[in-house]
Amino acid sequence: MRFGSVHTVAGRQARAAWMFLAPGLLLLTLFTAWPLVRTAYLSFTEYSLLTPPEWVGLENYRALLGDDQVTNAFQNTVLYAAVVTPVTIALALALAMALNARFFGRGIVRTAVFVPFVVSLAVVSIAFRFLLDPNYGLVTHWLSAVGLAPTQGALAQPGTAMAAVMAVGVWKNVGFYMVMFLAGLQSIPSDLYEAAQLDGASRLQKFRAVTLPLLSNQTMLVSILAAIASFQVFDQIKVMTNGGPAMSTETLVVLVNRVGISNLEFGYGSAVSVVLLLLILAFSLVQYLYFGRRQVRY
Amino acid sequence: MTLDLSPSTHRSLRRAWTISLTVAMAGIGLLMIFPIVWSVLTAFKPNAEAASASPTLFPQTWTLENFTAIWSAIPFAQLYGNTIIFAGSVMVLSLAFDTMAGYALARFDFRGKTAAFIAIIVMLMIPYQAVIIPLYDLVHSLGLGQTVAGMIVPRSANAFGVFFMRQFFLALPKNLEEAARIDGANEWRIFTRVMLPLTTPALLTLGLFHFQFNWNDLLWPLVMSNTIDGATLPAGLALFAGQHVVEYGLLMAGSVLALIPLILFFLLIQRTFVTGIATTGIK
Repeated sequence: MRFGSVHTVAGRQARAAWMFLAPGLLLLTLFTAWPLVRTAYLSFTEYSLLTPPEWVGLENYRALLGDDQVTNAFQNTVLYAAVVTPVTIALALALAMALNARFFGRGIVRTAVFVPFVVSLAVVSIAFRFLLDPNYGLVTHWLSAVGLAPTQGALAQPGTAMAAVMAVGVWKNVGFYMVMFLAGLQSIPSDLYEAAQLDGASRLQKFRAVTLPLLSNQTMLVSILAAIASFQVFDQIKVMTNGGPAMSTETLVVLVNRVGISNLEFGYGSAVSVVLLLLILAFSLVQYLYFGRRQVRY
Repeated sequence: MTLDLSPSTHRSLRRAWTISLTVAMAGIGLLMIFPIVWSVLTAFKPNAEAASASPTLFPQTWTLENFTAIWSAIPFAQLYGNTIIFAGSVMVLSLAFDTMAGYALARFDFRGKTAAFIAIIVMLMIPYQAVIIPLYDLVHSLGLGQTVAGMIVPRSANAFGVFFMRQFFLALPKNLEEAARIDGANEWRIFTRVMLPLTTPALLTLGLFHFQFNWNDLLWPLVMSNTIDGATLPAGLALFAGQHVVEYGLLMAGSVLALIPLILFFLLIQRTFVTGIATTGIK
């Protein structure tokens, strides 16, 4: 490229590119990257919005390690994620396979499975709370008809309350991941199944040798998205139990909201946020490395 | 499976399998929409019946009183307006900025492009829940606390949206813009006249993503509004549900009215939306 004019064209294009990029990049820097840096900084301070942040070093982190409510929220978050993530993925895959088969009304069922992803979890959680109400709830009523109803209602006991918010979490997201798996299933060439059939493979063998390896891209993406969504759980807990009973459903985001924002303990809340962030990053990295090694390309 | 089956046995086994699959999937479909169906039915029950010790699925007396009472029981029109302004503005602004940034990253070569793209990917991984304290603080120090604008502005660009649009623009044929460049059209004109008309399916998908995410969001509006008047529908209804635990019929009428626009929006562009999700999953 010896011509000066080419440089001008390239320069003009670079200027144009930056004009297109600048507004979005600036907004993201100000409202995503900067708050991240600021969270890290505030976690080393004591700050309540009224006075400027005061540097306290590792004080928040030291307090956090000995704080039962942080340990509790951490355990609840990990428990929630450890149950909801694999259950959601397994159900989504099973549903995708069932909804890939031919049967009457398939389109309607696909839509019905997907609709919970579109609607507001907070709003539907009000309905879930009513359905489980100890006195007036329809589900409580049905459960007691078969002798299964918890006496004070499912949301009043720690174990069943956690199970209920977990079930709602699965219900909300399973349709979204089902769609991703369904797209993956539809992109598997059918001659692979025919070849397996000729080799006399059973249904289970076909699933393990063809379906699962060829879905590894979707599985990786779905696992990471489902795990991140689980670690961030908030809506149904806020509405159905508000972290109770006896903090048995209080997760890290619920705790950040209660301590960090409602009680204006910005410094301490930021330290808890950093724990949440590290948890999510560590988990995504582990999953990425795990699946990265097992990636199948063809 | 080496069972020796006659063709007719095989056929009837197949039919039995299809019938049981159909029945099982119909059951699953009903289970998935049950909470929504129950909400709709309960919204039509008189309050005494909605909070009855022997509840039924269907109303024994149908009434519209909940749908008229909700507008005065809480500032429902105000909540509705806030939600439409919030979700609508975020959708429009974010679509504009995401599309422009995605276009720059996909169709231009310039210094700093790789760095900018990596920055977008890193920001894609930061959940807003984890940075909500400084976000709250920042919006207040900009003087936008307790305003709908304060809720909108931090959401007016979205890292996922930029990434999504970049992927879309990358997949378009090369040299689409060359002819226009040779004709001497300026870059803005090329973007709006040549490229934008091709992006409709991507914009619909991303638009519904943004709209439903913000329409449904609970934490951000809850944090950003001290009073029910400044809240959006999910936050307002959640606050109301926290105070008035027994007005079931009323709350369900509010819930149904809050859910309807989104379900309609989704049903209208269902095909585009689901294809959009499916293709993001593959790439």
